[in-house]
Amino acid sequence: MRGAKSAKWVAGAIVVALAATACGGGDKGDAAKGEVDPNGIYSIEVGEPEKLLQPADTMESNGSIVLSGLFSQLVDYDADGKLTMVNAESVESKDSKLWTVKLKPGWTFHDGTTVNAQSYVKAWNWAANIDNKQGNASWFADIKGFEALHPAAEGAKPTGTELEGLKVVDDNTFTIELANAVPYFAYKLGYEVFSPLPESFYKDPAAAGEKPVGNGPYKFKSWEHKKQIELTRFDDYKGENKAKNGGVVLKNYSTVETAYEDLKSGNVDVLRTIGPKDLPVYRNDLGDRAVDQAYSAIQTLAIAFYADQWKTPKPVDPKVIQGLSMAIDRDTITKTVLQGTREPATGWVAKGVLGYTPNATGDVTKYDPAKAKALIAEGGGVPNNEISIQFNSDGGHKEWVEAVCNSITQATAVKCTGDAKPDFQADLQARKSKQVKSIYRSGWVLDYPVNANFISDLFRTGAGGNQGGFSSPELDAKIAAADTAATLDESVKAYQAVEKDLVNYMPSIPLWYYKVNAGYSEKVQNVKYAQDGDPIIEGVEVKK
Amino acid sequence: MGRYVARRLLQMIPVFFGTTLLIFMMVYSLPGDPVAGLFGDKGTDPATLAKLRHEYGLDLPILQQYWNYISNILFHFDFGQQIRSGREITDVLGSAFPVTLRLALLAFTIEIVLGLALGIVAGLKAGKLADNLILVLTLLIISVPVFVLGFIVKTVFAFQLGWIAPNVSNDETWGELIAPAIVLGSLSLAYVARLTRTSMAENLRADYVRTAVAKGLPKRRVIGVHLMRNSMIPVVTFLGTDIGALMGGAVVTEGIFNVKGVGGLIYESIIRREGLTVVGVVTVLVVVYLIASLLVDLLYAVMDPRIRYA
Repeated sequence: MRGAKSAKWVAGAIVVALAATACGGGDKGDAAKGEVDPNGIYSIEVGEPEKLLQPADTMESNGSIVLSGLFSQLVDYDADGKLTMVNAESVESKDSKLWTVKLKPGWTFHDGTTVNAQSYVKAWNWAANIDNKQGNASWFADIKGFEALHPAAEGAKPTGTELEGLKVVDDNTFTIELANAVPYFAYKLGYEVFSPLPESFYKDPAAAGEKPVGNGPYKFKSWEHKKQIELTRFDDYKGENKAKNGGVVLKNYSTVETAYEDLKSGNVDVLRTIGPKDLPVYRNDLGDRAVDQAYSAIQTLAIAFYADQWKTPKPVDPKVIQGLSMAIDRDTITKTVLQGTREPATGWVAKGVLGYTPNATGDVTKYDPAKAKALIAEGGGVPNNEISIQFNSDGGHKEWVEAVCNSITQATAVKCTGDAKPDFQADLQARKSKQVKSIYRSGWVLDYPVNANFISDLFRTGAGGNQGGFSSPELDAKIAAADTAATLDESVKAYQAVEKDLVNYMPSIPLWYYKVNAGYSEKVQNVKYAQDGDPIIEGVEVKK
Repeated sequence: MGRYVARRLLQMIPVFFGTTLLIFMMVYSLPGDPVAGLFGDKGTDPATLAKLRHEYGLDLPILQQYWNYISNILFHFDFGQQIRSGREITDVLGSAFPVTLRLALLAFTIEIVLGLALGIVAGLKAGKLADNLILVLTLLIISVPVFVLGFIVKTVFAFQLGWIAPNVSNDETWGELIAPAIVLGSLSLAYVARLTRTSMAENLRADYVRTAVAKGLPKRRVIGVHLMRNSMIPVVTFLGTDIGALMGGAVVTEGIFNVKGVGGLIYESIIRREGLTVVGVVTVLVVVYLIASLLVDLLYAVMDPRIRYA
């Protein structure tokens, strides 16, 4: 194997040298810059969507990037996390409980039928119904009457077909009544699960998932499974985010490395990510076409509070976890092992999110071996003086987990080992069946740009993202108070206070924020990446 | 002969059931739940999970699942649906197999033509310079791992010389498939060459060759008919099993060259715990292996009349 490895490096060096020369030649021919072909078609590297293209069932990025072109929702956000109106003219509420949505008139689906209040209400009722098995159905749980359509008990039948809280007022107006006040509910409406559906969808939802008809800037053209999906511009689109190109081909690649090779040889135009092998060279290869931008996601080490280690004989003192956190040299690890693709975190809420506060953790995320040791001793020490970090070995986590472990062991003499699971499935299985022995790697990408998404959905007792079994009645009460705040501003402020308070509980150890490391070809310009890390496909301009 | 074929065909039945059952059990014993895996980090409620599990029959005992699956294949030619995409597995196989079949066919042709040629030359010139050169060459190929070879081919021919595109496009033209086919077939090519060489060198000293030469037969006939026919038996055995190996073993090569074939399908299905897809692919591969080995056995009788089947 040693021979094999070195051969690979030699070959790699040749690639680097070649790419460097190729790049030098390409820069001169930029005379035609700025001339844009409005009907130009470009391609993006995207994997095969895992499921049918139904808006309420797609949660992984390969499917959601397609849906982001095909469907427009009521609202969207700008880069600072501010709400903007898309299909809605206004989304308003006086008490954060009863929301009134007014639609912009004149919008149509790609098949020519009108988008009206009914298109939304019926789609949401369909998606919330457990019989339709939509993976994102729980997003409708805020709406009054959700339990009737989606009973929690296994095997229970729904007792209704309509959400009690949804009422059509007229063609372009409907109201949403929530079970409890949610000040930031309007923000959730930007998520794809809240898309409208045309009447034709209900005749055969599976067929509609193969050939979706939406209301977005692009209409569906074709889907060659595991090869590519083609979208073309929808000329009658009424939204502000009209496509600036003629269409997009979403091409499937078996690995990110092959996609990168195709980018260099001009067979694909936009990448979503660069593989670890090419990270050290891509800035040199691509010049100003290399993308290096923060997006709203964070990686953490979550504590498995149900594990014996943290539970018996007495619950772990948060000081111990604070100590572990301070034993991690984030600056060095992000610079060396992660090659600058992450940025050290200083809080639990990621950047680009409403309510993001720099340095929310105070000094708990600063590297300080002496203080780390002192804190661990003060908190009664790590049981057995030993921890392990569970990760999935198919996701490129091994290197940094080892680095974090080394950092902890060097600073505090706590023994630390990586607990590798063969793949993400096995990792999830261990988390769900509560078999994590000590600590596991965890991550969170925003669903909506409000700090509540990074706190309530992760640390509330019984929340979907709370897989470590963290539970604190005091914190639950504070979260509940933040959720019932009268206005969005107050809610965000209350959550900021909760984030500051998390230091006293340490439900997880924030590690670093993610960055988009990607690139694009010379054929395109104006390639921007949204807060979820995906390229904004309608904004890309194709050069003549 | 007819009875032999019938017996062999009957033998295929237990082999078919045995292998598919084994694969089925193995895939299902992997940790990780295919339905829970659908929802990633964020998870979903248990009610939806239970509903999905029930729909795909994942809540039944494993033997019953196996029986449902196999009986659907046998009686309706229905391989079921993929859990994630809801696509018919027959469709999935139908789009993956033709590509791999073409790739395997090209690799197989390269392997036979080049492998046999090299083997014959080496066998006839045993101990001479040509033999030694071929020995070094084949040993080199055998010892280099496939992914290294693929990487070198790409680097040299795609990036340095610019003769080929680095990756196979979605049209999978024959021209594009040549490079991956060479990489895929090279290992077997070396084996074919070595096998042919040994077998030829050995038979050159056999009585029947000496007799043929003594009879004054032209050299072409001695080598082409008498020597070749007898020397091909071990080679054909190898080639027969290699058809199956080429079809299924292309995981690495297909990954390197971005070919959307069977190799990638198996890899992805295992990662995603798509048990039914894995079993479907393997079922087809088992059939390929069985037919290939039957053909090989029948070819024996043609090549060496001493091997007769009652």
